[in-house]
Amino acid sequence: MSATPLHKKVATRGHLKIQDAHKVYDPEGAAVLAVDNCSLEIQPGEICMIVGPSGCGKTTLLNAIAGFHSLTSGTIHLDGEMLCGPGKPKAEPGADRIVVFQNGALFPWKTNLENVAFGPIMQGTMSPQEAREKARAIMADAGLSGMENNYPGEISSGVRRRVEIVRALMNDPKVLLLDEPYRALDSLTKSVMHEALLEIYYRNQVTIFFITHDLEEAIFLGHRVVIMTTRPCKPKKILTVDIPHPRDYSVLTSPRFRELMDETMEAVHEEAVKAFAAGEREG
Amino acid sequence: MPGLTVVFTEWVSKNPPYGLSIYTPEYYQHVLTSVQRVAIAFGLATLLGVPFGLLLGWSRKFKDFVFPVFEILRPIPALAWVPLAILMFKGTESPVIFITFLPAFFATTLNTMLGVHSIDESYIRAAYCLGAKRAQIFRHVVLPGALPFIFTGLQISMGVGWFSLVAGEMISGEYGLGYVIYSGYTLVSYPVIAIGMITLGLVGWISSALVRIVGTSLMQWRVRSLGLGDGS
Repeated sequence: MSATPLHKKVATRGHLKIQDAHKVYDPEGAAVLAVDNCSLEIQPGEICMIVGPSGCGKTTLLNAIAGFHSLTSGTIHLDGEMLCGPGKPKAEPGADRIVVFQNGALFPWKTNLENVAFGPIMQGTMSPQEAREKARAIMADAGLSGMENNYPGEISSGVRRRVEIVRALMNDPKVLLLDEPYRALDSLTKSVMHEALLEIYYRNQVTIFFITHDLEEAIFLGHRVVIMTTRPCKPKKILTVDIPHPRDYSVLTSPRFRELMDETMEAVHEEAVKAFAAGEREG
Repeated sequence: MPGLTVVFTEWVSKNPPYGLSIYTPEYYQHVLTSVQRVAIAFGLATLLGVPFGLLLGWSRKFKDFVFPVFEILRPIPALAWVPLAILMFKGTESPVIFITFLPAFFATTLNTMLGVHSIDESYIRAAYCLGAKRAQIFRHVVLPGALPFIFTGLQISMGVGWFSLVAGEMISGEYGLGYVIYSGYTLVSYPVIAIGMITLGLVGWISSALVRIVGTSLMQWRVRSLGLGDGS
């Protein structure tokens, strides 16, 4: 495996620092502790995979970074700038942190091209004309030419995910927040999606915060895999994946990959059993 | 009961024994009057109901204040409004149009509001992520997202509009298809009643088709995504 970087640029931004994140839902009533004392630092350009059982509070953490939910206490910094923290429980959503949703959120009433061009037009950073031109170019780069004028409903779910990631990258975000984006895909499509994501990553060097249930996916894609405890959520084990990038699917059969799987499987299984016993629901 | 032949002969007769056929100018005056009344009432219901429904769906505060009143007024049947409408408005036109407008307005408003509620939260979050402001989200996410429900509402609105129109015309007015049916009844003239009914069926069907055509042309994405037709 060659270690020659395909990287066109080295990431200098997208340093995400979570300190003592704490989230209690319904503090006056049921007081469900979703995230407890969770600290995590993600380096610029790192692919950080978050693995944990259903409903463990991973998505709560993602929502706090994205600015959809507040934290009860704790601080999140992005490149030294405080997103949320003391005196500001909820971050402002912004185009520097873009979420790719579990069930996909391309606007079905806009064509793929209109979807990709949406961000810069809304922010007023490009004229609609410019935005469409850039969208066309960036779609071509990602191998999505020819479907600019289709609606998302006309293309396969795998391709939809790629369009959605391209829509995010169009805004030159510092961090991509992916919430189990490939969950609903079959394993064959998934493998294609993984390689496509890595290819896009090698070109863009964006920081990736990637939530998944799938340990194999996590080790294949990630620089590091953070295994979360079941609710309340905090890092239980952090695994550094020392298989060099760029990776392709041959990695899956390498002995090192198997070793890493074995090393983490137990920790993941333990939490899954705990979550199952606690009867946690998807959340 | 008259046979279909009697009705049909009357309908296409140049010299209709009961005085109503496609050759008598009154026939068209009745149709035109009804169509005009429905068009005005439906137009007003759409113009007021869609923005009102969007506001109810989009603003929590507005809904908290207004919706309870709306929900008390809505179940009152259009027919119950007839006496009040006749006393409130002068002439014969306004009461009939008001009676037609009312249920159409309720149907449009309610469906539009449900349309806003039906929009997946992810779309709104995605738009915020991509840097859209609240007003832009309203324009680019809420409005198109609610459109399928809005058009369902308009279909229902058209249906209940015709329904109440006929009720209104039977009670007040000297023209219109409801009046035709009612006068056919008072003169015990079966063919006139039947012609009135068949004509209502036809114009009702055409008006629904028009709403559907406008809907499909505004929502090409649905036609193409769901394979509802040849949208290429």
